[in-house]
Amino acid sequence: MTDGRRTGPMRWMKGMMLKHMPLMITCAEFESFILAYLEDELPARERALFDLHLKICRECRDYLAAYRRTVEVGKKTFEEPAAPVPDAVPEDLIKAVLAARQT
Amino acid sequence: MVESLLEKVPAAVDRDAEEDELIDGVIAGDAAHAERLVRTHIGWMRAVAFRLLRDEGLADDCVQEALLNAFQKIGAFERRSRLKTWLHRITVNQALMKLRAMKRLNEQPIDPLMPEFDENACRIEAPWPRLASTEEVVERESTRALVLSKIGELPDNYRIVLMLRDIEELETAEVAELLEISESNVKVRLHRARSALKKLLEPLLRGEVE
Repeated sequence: MTDGRRTGPMRWMKGMMLKHMPLMITCAEFESFILAYLEDELPARERALFDLHLKICRECRDYLAAYRRTVEVGKKTFEEPAAPVPDAVPEDLIKAVLAARQT
Repeated sequence: MVESLLEKVPAAVDRDAEEDELIDGVIAGDAAHAERLVRTHIGWMRAVAFRLLRDEGLADDCVQEALLNAFQKIGAFERRSRLKTWLHRITVNQALMKLRAMKRLNEQPIDPLMPEFDENACRIEAPWPRLASTEEVVERESTRALVLSKIGELPDNYRIVLMLRDIEELETAEVAELLEISESNVKVRLHRARSALKKLLEPLLRGEVE
């Protein structure tokens, strides 16, 4: 159970607990709530279930942290001034636009 | 389609006298004003087009078409948004038309990049003893280039939703209207695109890339 990829009794028990105990949601249900959670659109009850799942599930905690970091990294990468197209606009493109405007 | 989007921006926009003068000059057909509009806006418009199309030649065509479109329609621009916002929507729409014409927005599979679950719906996720910070990733040109290339690996129909929502910062409703899909479909695609990108960036985010 330590590498998150093994199957075993502990993992099976966790699966059963998340599936059948009150106030628990499965990881697959957690997955379907992620976007609404991050956009603050999750209704209060689902939000409470989501937060509880996050407390008890290491895999989903790790996953959500990496997911959020992915979004941040994507945004920041495009904020860099040099990315991803050269600043200098070819003069012939400007001329072509202006010429086409007059036709 | 795009006209309806363009005028949805809130009315309370501080008008800029210089911008109004520029628009009035262009509407009057003055060449110097038209050139000023082009020179002021073409740089960022080209960057937007390139981000969406990932090809400089296509981006140049797109910008040219977008600006000509803007010149034709500027008389109908009601100035309820800034000129830049209006031009941004026109550029995005033009880029999407190009992608659509090339059938690059058709449904493409993304399943191999989706998160995995076992038979009890438990997530399969190796532990993350280390998660690189955003700064670590974006401060180096080589890792920024890797991020851009990984975003480029996403199927276009997912990549474009990620770009429009996360990078161009359009609202879900706007993206739905531009792509002619439902808002819930936009949300599903955005989440799947982000999940797929997370998978593609894993070696980098785990600090395994030198």
